[in-house]
Amino acid sequence: MIDFELSAEDKAKVAEAHDIAQNLFRPISRYYDEHEHEDPWDLIDTMWEMRGKGFLTGLGITGALMVEELCWGDAGLYLASPGPGLGGAAVFAAGTQEQWGRFLARYGQGKPKWGAMAMTEPGCGSDTSAIQATAVRDGDYWVLNGEKIFVTMGHRALDLSEGIIVVWATVDKSAGRAGMKSFVVEAGTPGMKVEKLEKKLGIKASDTATVIFENCRIPFNNILGKAEIKTKTEGFKGAMATFDVTRPLVAAQALGVTRAALDMLRDELTKRGIKVRYDVPRSKQTAIERDFMEMESNWRAAHLLVIRAMWQLQGGTPNALEASMAKAKAGRAATLITQRAVELMGPLGYSRKLLFEKFMRDAKINDIFEGTGQINTLVVARRLLDFTRDQLK
Amino acid sequence: MIGFSPSEEQKMIVNTVKQFATDVMRKKFRDCDESGEIPAEIIDGAWELGLVASCIPEQFGGAGWEHSALTGSLLAEELAWGDLAMAMHILAPSLAILPIVEMGTEEQKKKYLPALCGNKFTAVTAAFIEPRYDFDPNEFGTTAGRKGGYVLNGEKCFVPLAAGADFILVYAREGKDRQCFIVERGAKGLEIGEREQNMGVKALATYELNLKDCKIAAGNRLGGDKGCDFNRLANLSRVALASMAVGVARASFEFSRDYAKERHAFGEPIASRQAIAFMLADMAIEVDAARLLTWEAAWKLDRKEDATREACLAKSYADNMVMLVTDYGVQVMGGHGYVRDNPVELWFRNARGFTTFTGMAIV
Repeated sequence: MIDFELSAEDKAKVAEAHDIAQNLFRPISRYYDEHEHEDPWDLIDTMWEMRGKGFLTGLGITGALMVEELCWGDAGLYLASPGPGLGGAAVFAAGTQEQWGRFLARYGQGKPKWGAMAMTEPGCGSDTSAIQATAVRDGDYWVLNGEKIFVTMGHRALDLSEGIIVVWATVDKSAGRAGMKSFVVEAGTPGMKVEKLEKKLGIKASDTATVIFENCRIPFNNILGKAEIKTKTEGFKGAMATFDVTRPLVAAQALGVTRAALDMLRDELTKRGIKVRYDVPRSKQTAIERDFMEMESNWRAAHLLVIRAMWQLQGGTPNALEASMAKAKAGRAATLITQRAVELMGPLGYSRKLLFEKFMRDAKINDIFEGTGQINTLVVARRLLDFTRDQLK
Repeated sequence: MIGFSPSEEQKMIVNTVKQFATDVMRKKFRDCDESGEIPAEIIDGAWELGLVASCIPEQFGGAGWEHSALTGSLLAEELAWGDLAMAMHILAPSLAILPIVEMGTEEQKKKYLPALCGNKFTAVTAAFIEPRYDFDPNEFGTTAGRKGGYVLNGEKCFVPLAAGADFILVYAREGKDRQCFIVERGAKGLEIGEREQNMGVKALATYELNLKDCKIAAGNRLGGDKGCDFNRLANLSRVALASMAVGVARASFEFSRDYAKERHAFGEPIASRQAIAFMLADMAIEVDAARLLTWEAAWKLDRKEDATREACLAKSYADNMVMLVTDYGVQVMGGHGYVRDNPVELWFRNARGFTTFTGMAIV
């Protein structure tokens, strides 16, 4: 069936997320944008308590819609909220049941904890096959060495809590992509340290860390997926399976910020007596009306692409193509729409008095992390053309 | 429960239409665009699929299928993928049938519907657009005044199949209201102009209408005293046209994608270059995006809710999308896209029409 109706139960969950976004995130949104690297402990504790009661513990369509709502409140504070994060998504996508228990159970008990994923290095971003970090087997252990940068929530996962980090490293550099594996490292493991916190354009309430591994020993069964190097692509599938989940979720983040800008723009226009007339011909619309419709329809289109990718994921249908479509579209839409909102509001948009300029800064990251717009477009193109990475570079 | 998979019944209809589009429409669409004529067997063949008259209730001779804008959206996309001019011709009778089925009085249904349940295509249509650059459906220039019956005055254009139509549903302003009036062939004061010559959809016969004190019976106001729900008709039309835009865009995407894999330059397929591959990726994303917006609007209409915002967003998005995508289709093929040996230039011309096309199809 083609259906766009959420169950009453799921609607209530999304509405609850919106309440939190409005009442807990928004009031402190500007403060934590201007006080980078401060920890919003009140919010952290509240969100952790909510999580204990089951708030935002599931993924899927409803999860994505809740993420959109929270990011409508504040994208940085959403990322700063405790939970397994991208690390958890990786464990969930590529781990065994035993690993789910060992690494994810902590997110339902005790003190607030975060999870993180470490892929990017100083020398490689989109080209994850160029990862230099190594994992060498030593009996019942793996020994990790390397430097990871741009680790979202790395600091809070490892320094402020007993969280986990999923680290991508090669077990055999000569094997290329096939030698790439992911490993779970628990906070407090000797040989791992957080070295630097990035100062960023936006999402300042979230931390972005550099994590160094120096002879960091972890148990052998902390590897996600199989240790053997099998086919050319096998090792990489874990990462890709993770993206099937995380790309639509990051796209949902983008759409939350976008809708925040749209809603605020609509409110500001309404205050000035401007109501968008959807059903008049373009020749009679004002420039603002035309822009608004274009912005809103782009937001909505991206929103539906995200829901479709999540629906596939829920139903166990392969969604790598659609996940990248959603991410490419949402990242671009968020970037352009929030920029336009600033433009349309003129000095009120550019001023830090209102949140438009913040939305624009926060939105931009979504076209970069979890695969840049270009990388996602490349994934889409290869799949549409049925081309290998050699056929389409 | 949220879902994006058509029902079994919808899949069956889509497959039937897709088959017809591939085997029949795609074989002749270039010839038809050049000659301006669509062979009767194509139109009758499509009629036999029962896409148009099936929503007529059994008591008036139809199949009595429950109307669904969503199903209509699915089949309109497939037909337009086959060919837009043919699709608009094939679906033209819906422009009159659907409003009468949904909003007509018992007398109107009894009088007009049975004749449309035959084995052969019967031309009936609607007149919506008016020949002005600032045409606005909220303020039709065509007026209806009450004088015993009704008197219609005004000009219409882009009326599909007007010359051969048994009757035409004319949209007009009645005071502050927008209503529809059934004008039968040969009505006094109804003048049908020469066939229009347009940039695209050249196989579709469209006409200008001139209504000069055209008198019609009081009973020919759609819905009688109650009138019609103009917004719903406008939204059903927006969904139909947005679906068709998706079909045209998809056709261009598929063709240029296949070409880009075959065509070699610098020793490899041109699709191996990101400059081309990224255009193709954007085309696919935009086609899907517009389709999802359209489905959402159609779904809402099927729930009998006001879907004005959704339908307008879907239509305006699809209008932009189809122009971009068909432009890329030509661009990917370069000079080979510009010549009439290949179809992408035809889709590009057809695409430009969508911002003008309002009320020209309904599902």
